[in-house]
Amino acid sequence: MFEIEVGSALVMGMVLGGVILISAWLIWLERRLLGIWQDRLGPNRVGPLGLGQVIADMFKIFTKEDWVPPFADKLVFMVAPPIIMTSILLSFAVVPIAPNIGIIDLNIGLLWVLAMASLAAYSVMLGGLASNNKYALLGSLRAAAQMVSYEVFMGISLLGVVMLSGTFNLREIVESQQDGWYILPQFVAFIVFAIASVAESHRLPFDLPEAEQEIVAGFHTEYAGMKFGMFFVGEYIGVLLASALMSVLFFGGWLPPFGIGPEDSVVAGVFWMLLKTMVFVCFFVLMRAAIPRPRYDQLMSYGWLVLLPLSLLNLLITGAVILSRGV
Amino acid sequence: MLKPVIEQVKVLWSQVRTLGMVLAHTFSKKDTVEYPDTQPYMFPRWRGRIVLTRDPDGEERCVACNLCAVACPVDCIALQKTEDEEGRWYPEFFRINFSRCIMCGYCEEACPTHAIQLTPDFEMAEYERQNMVWEKEHLLINGTGKYHDYNYYRVAGKSIGGKDKGEAQHEQPPVDRRSLLP
Repeated sequence: MFEIEVGSALVMGMVLGGVILISAWLIWLERRLLGIWQDRLGPNRVGPLGLGQVIADMFKIFTKEDWVPPFADKLVFMVAPPIIMTSILLSFAVVPIAPNIGIIDLNIGLLWVLAMASLAAYSVMLGGLASNNKYALLGSLRAAAQMVSYEVFMGISLLGVVMLSGTFNLREIVESQQDGWYILPQFVAFIVFAIASVAESHRLPFDLPEAEQEIVAGFHTEYAGMKFGMFFVGEYIGVLLASALMSVLFFGGWLPPFGIGPEDSVVAGVFWMLLKTMVFVCFFVLMRAAIPRPRYDQLMSYGWLVLLPLSLLNLLITGAVILSRGV
Repeated sequence: MLKPVIEQVKVLWSQVRTLGMVLAHTFSKKDTVEYPDTQPYMFPRWRGRIVLTRDPDGEERCVACNLCAVACPVDCIALQKTEDEEGRWYPEFFRINFSRCIMCGYCEEACPTHAIQLTPDFEMAEYERQNMVWEKEHLLINGTGKYHDYNYYRVAGKSIGGKDKGEAQHEQPPVDRRSLLP
């Protein structure tokens, strides 16, 4: 039960605890990085480097009034925030962290991730609908359209990786990258997936569901206290998941770059996986710091007119190359 | 056919360039002044805590003319004029309610004798509102503030004990109108 292997209680606890801890710590990381890139310092007062800021924020958010507006649909209003956290945490079940570290190896791992990401869209939609507020409704309308349309080519862009590795199992996808990461043959797919996963986790620059300059706070306008906190942490777990998936699918997961170090060591594997994931997390924050939000019609037309044909083209060319090489 | 593609590449390049420029800010100097640890430079003309100054002889400059109280847009200044045995006017009490004061500096502009002045000090937080009301003994300082040589009674034509009319600086002796015969 307590040995280091996929699905043991110890590993499950470690992965779950690690994911939640890191995503809470991402709040500090994001504020610090945003500060640095805006020529500020960011929170640096609470504890060493301001790391205790997260704890202070937690205390604050837990002591807030847990308010349900009287005009809201109470049951749906309460149920919506946990959905995003659960569905994204469930996606982490299939993400391989290192050799023998992971919660479960599903042979439909990638499909599972996509399915759970679609479920997360419900959380945002239901939250906005149940709030019975025009801005929340507008936000959830946008969220629904944005997430549904960006899911399309998010899936299609990943098919290239699946074709090259011949499996949906994420652990086997990592193992099939020992001869070379998929970032080189699947560069276009990586770009499309990166953009789609930003839209999927509705982070800036694609945070139209909660665009505070236009629609107050979008779908979580009426939320406060820990229910808002769950949306908030859910977003960060989503960022972590997207970054982990990018490193697993395109950057060889736990495999060391240029073959430095052992390939089947658990410690080195966790280290490389964390490093790669953190680089992408920082990239998410950099995008937030740098790129302005597109207009809603621009977002939609960019998705359907540019990214969808691009991912289809990538799929076509990948297929043709694989076919010409002969199986 | 090629035009929209070029357009898209241009758009993408613009975004990538933005990312690079923002990333370069990692190494730029931070603008933050970590205030309680390091004091920011306060400019001498900063409008902060209000003081009442003294003239070079060490006497009160304020002549209780009430112009500051009139100029004050939030009515935070209250004072009462009185006179000493030499004929000098001075405020019997002078009270500023800093919980109302907006540090606009109109009182300083209105003051004909440079008595009331604003200083660069801004750390005036109090736990009790009543402590924000400052009396004359709190406001009065021992120095001349921003104007070192100005002494109202030495340049003004008003006669006080020890200085009669015509004895001020740059002042002609009073004209005896009855002697102006043709």
